[in-house]
Amino acid sequence: MSKKITTIFAVMTLAFGFIYADTFTKEDILRWQKEFDAAAKYGRQLWENSAEYKLGTNNVACAQCHPNAANTHPETYPKFQKQLGRVVSLADMVNWCIINPLEGKPLKLDSKEMIALLSYIHSERRGVKLAPGKH
Amino acid sequence: MSADISRRKFLERSALGAASALFPIAMVNVVFGKKKGGEATKSKGTREKSDFTFAYISDAHIQQISGNKFVRNWDQGLKRAVAEANLLVPKPDFVMFGGDLGQLGKKVELDHGAEIMSACKYKTRYVMGEHDYYLDMGAYWEKLFGSHYYSFDHKGVHFVVLNSVLTYDSWNNKWPSAEERMNQMAGLDNPNGTPFMVGEAQRSWLKKDLAKVGRDTPVIVLSHSPIQKIYKGWNFWTEDAEQVQALLKPFSKVNVIYGHVHQIQYNQIGNISFNSVMATSWPWPYPQTYALVKSNLPVLTVPMNRADPFFERDATGWQFIDVNSGKVAATYLLPDNENRTVKYSNKTGRPEDVKYQDKRTAAQEHY
Repeated sequence: MSKKITTIFAVMTLAFGFIYADTFTKEDILRWQKEFDAAAKYGRQLWENSAEYKLGTNNVACAQCHPNAANTHPETYPKFQKQLGRVVSLADMVNWCIINPLEGKPLKLDSKEMIALLSYIHSERRGVKLAPGKH
Repeated sequence: MSADISRRKFLERSALGAASALFPIAMVNVVFGKKKGGEATKSKGTREKSDFTFAYISDAHIQQISGNKFVRNWDQGLKRAVAEANLLVPKPDFVMFGGDLGQLGKKVELDHGAEIMSACKYKTRYVMGEHDYYLDMGAYWEKLFGSHYYSFDHKGVHFVVLNSVLTYDSWNNKWPSAEERMNQMAGLDNPNGTPFMVGEAQRSWLKKDLAKVGRDTPVIVLSHSPIQKIYKGWNFWTEDAEQVQALLKPFSKVNVIYGHVHQIQYNQIGNISFNSVMATSWPWPYPQTYALVKSNLPVLTVPMNRADPFFERDATGWQFIDVNSGKVAATYLLPDNENRTVKYSNKTGRPEDVKYQDKRTAAQEHY
């Protein structure tokens, strides 16, 4: 019985999904943008008040060395980081900074905090051409 | 024969390597005209050359974690600069500290910084930085180091130290507490910030101070913020820069040396040569790398190498300053990097990097 319901539900989802998948409204776009902006805003708070949010253990904030997230070069990732000997993502470098200059513990890659930090870094770099691998 | 050459080259290189490892600060050497036993003179031929150097350490940002714990990284930068300055040959005549000794202006931070600086074997003078000032408006700093602005003469050179990090009273008084005011000022990219300025009272003091100085006497102004306008968003900026520059206009040899920017910058505006000094704490990006806003990096500047974050002291440093015929040659002593020298060129009438002015490297490209 429950199998039957699941099947019907799956079929309906697929059907409606197919019909509506490509359709969205201005309101949707605004809402999605708002979601991103909220993540970037939280990222800025973490950036500036890293100690209060316990990103590190030594009171050092991301913003101390990276005003407006400058010198983070998000458009160049993934790239080969010679000191690590492999191609890494921007999130790896964010964690590198948290572990070393901030003397903290690395964030989970899918944590709200990591996503927020990445959102903030990218938002300060809007409009810059992608240059993956660039050193 | 070829083995000989390569051995010699190897020795030269290792000597160079050892020297640069020893000296991560910049030293400045000054040669100035001075009449025997007295004032600098306008008449040529009667001059006695006075040749000296001084060391310049800046932007230590000593930062308390809690109790007697401080950020190790920033402590190490200052300790290293002091240790290396003590090893300088020839010995510098004195040491300047260019401001931002502490991070949040706390007594414990200034005390701890002063203690590290106390290992300096030379007479040391201080410039006020915004991180020293905005907690108690420079009161504790004054107790430790004296006047916020002053002048002195050394071997025929007139030195002026300015407190260039003042701002509007309305901004100073708008915060609920002194700590909050300091926190707001400490964020470089804080949109609630306010521009630095020398201010009217200090400018009128400067005017009087300079009235006693011969027009051919070399003048060196030491400030924390650049007395020029580079990028307002990060306060690489002094709001009344033009008015201060106007007071310096009558002098034939004028240099401004400033901290705050944590990077190599130099410029020539009219008769005034500008040199920045490095931070011992951490490097800052060049303003033009912030893609969302336009800024004006002085066109003369050949940037320092892009910082390698895996080397803690890379893109930090100190300097020794050689004052040569009244004009500054700043040697930047950079740990984990090649030293740089930016020297005033009589030929072109502006400061130039002695090696890289016309041939920049890939590592000097900032984006």
